[in-house]
Amino acid sequence: MNVNILAFGITKEILGSRSLNLDLPLDNGATVEDLREYLFEKYPELKKLNSLGIAQGTVYAQDDDRLNPAEEIALIPPVSGG
Amino acid sequence: MQDRYLRHLALPDFGPEQQKKLAESSVLVVGAGGLGSPALLYLAAAGIGTIGIADPDVVSLSNLQRQVLFREADLGESKVEKAAEQISLLNSEIRVKTHFLRLNAENVEATLSDYELVIDGTDNFPTRYLLNDACVLFGKTYIYGSIYQYEGQVAVFNALRTDKSRGPNYRDLFPAPPPPEAVPDCAEGGVLGILPGIIGTLQASEAIKVLAGIGEPLDGKLWILDAADMTSRKMTISARPETAINKLIDYQLFCGHQPLKDSQNLRVKQLKNWMQTSRPHRLIDVRTAEEYQENHLESENIPLDTLDKHIQAFKKSPQDIVFYCQTGMRSKRALELLYKHNLKKGFYHLEGGIEAWQSYSESD
Repeated sequence: MNVNILAFGITKEILGSRSLNLDLPLDNGATVEDLREYLFEKYPELKKLNSLGIAQGTVYAQDDDRLNPAEEIALIPPVSGG
Repeated sequence: MQDRYLRHLALPDFGPEQQKKLAESSVLVVGAGGLGSPALLYLAAAGIGTIGIADPDVVSLSNLQRQVLFREADLGESKVEKAAEQISLLNSEIRVKTHFLRLNAENVEATLSDYELVIDGTDNFPTRYLLNDACVLFGKTYIYGSIYQYEGQVAVFNALRTDKSRGPNYRDLFPAPPPPEAVPDCAEGGVLGILPGIIGTLQASEAIKVLAGIGEPLDGKLWILDAADMTSRKMTISARPETAINKLIDYQLFCGHQPLKDSQNLRVKQLKNWMQTSRPHRLIDVRTAEEYQENHLESENIPLDTLDKHIQAFKKSPQDIVFYCQTGMRSKRALELLYKHNLKKGFYHLEGGIEAWQSYSESD
């Protein structure tokens, strides 16, 4: 499955890029949780954030949501500045 | 008197009734900093009847790059006092209350009790989770805003809906906080000065919409902006059943901070006293080499990320050791790192960092 990923905050540094096109070794039934696990393996620093928001298009996804390759994925980490 | 709000009254969907709602509403702005500055100005200008300001800090020089409420003459003065003065000058018809304190699980209920809505302009995870949980437990609308370098996030949490239920909250977005070293704060990561201006203004805008009952506030929505390339996105958030909030907890511990002793916090006055009385101690700047080069106290420089190489040497140190950084956040993390190696006694950090040192005056 091929997906486009847009990185925000510290995830931009961890991925080394603002946007990425990833070829995932995942089937059509894959979920957001599967994507998360894949990203954690490929970029272990992401796991250290404890909370990593993943949005699909205009929806802040839940772990069991189906992955939709037609939608752009956004990685949204917590930020604390004020 | 009503001339003041003529441009509000000329709006479609906005009349004397909406303006009256604003005059009867009460908002607490927590953190009179980068986000709080513009929020406070616009809330006062809009005629919010009661505005509370909570902040434990004084104005320092590096604040002026983005905290537009303050002037050079305010350096070293209490932020809540100066902010209250400014917004009262802008609008004498509103009531302004100051809370010169750092919010914690003990004082948050009493502080929030006079307000119906809270604007989060804080700069750290423990206070953000504290405010979120307190707003859920005590039934307040929580206007979230947060920034990182060129990016910002805005949302309206725990919003009261027409069926009396409440919308999603911060824990539905980020159930668990990142560990202290994972996400740099503004002092380390930097921030474009105008960014909190944009995000804080949007927080005030959301507050005004909620209170006047106009437009569509970001209830159940997160809006994010990257000002570097003007990418923005609005997305829907749903509540997570597993994030029920039943009571306030120890937010320092929850966010991975070690239970440091209050006696390990050294105030500027105490450190000056140590110097004057020649009490032996080692002063260590834990900021980066670049920051150290820019300005420093009479001290050594061991950046925080290299501190673990010195643990063995610290264990043998015959003198007390005092860490300092820009604002006191990283020096506190230095103490936490040492705490993990069971080093507590004889280790201190300078509260408020070099900024507090520079804005210190003998009258304090």
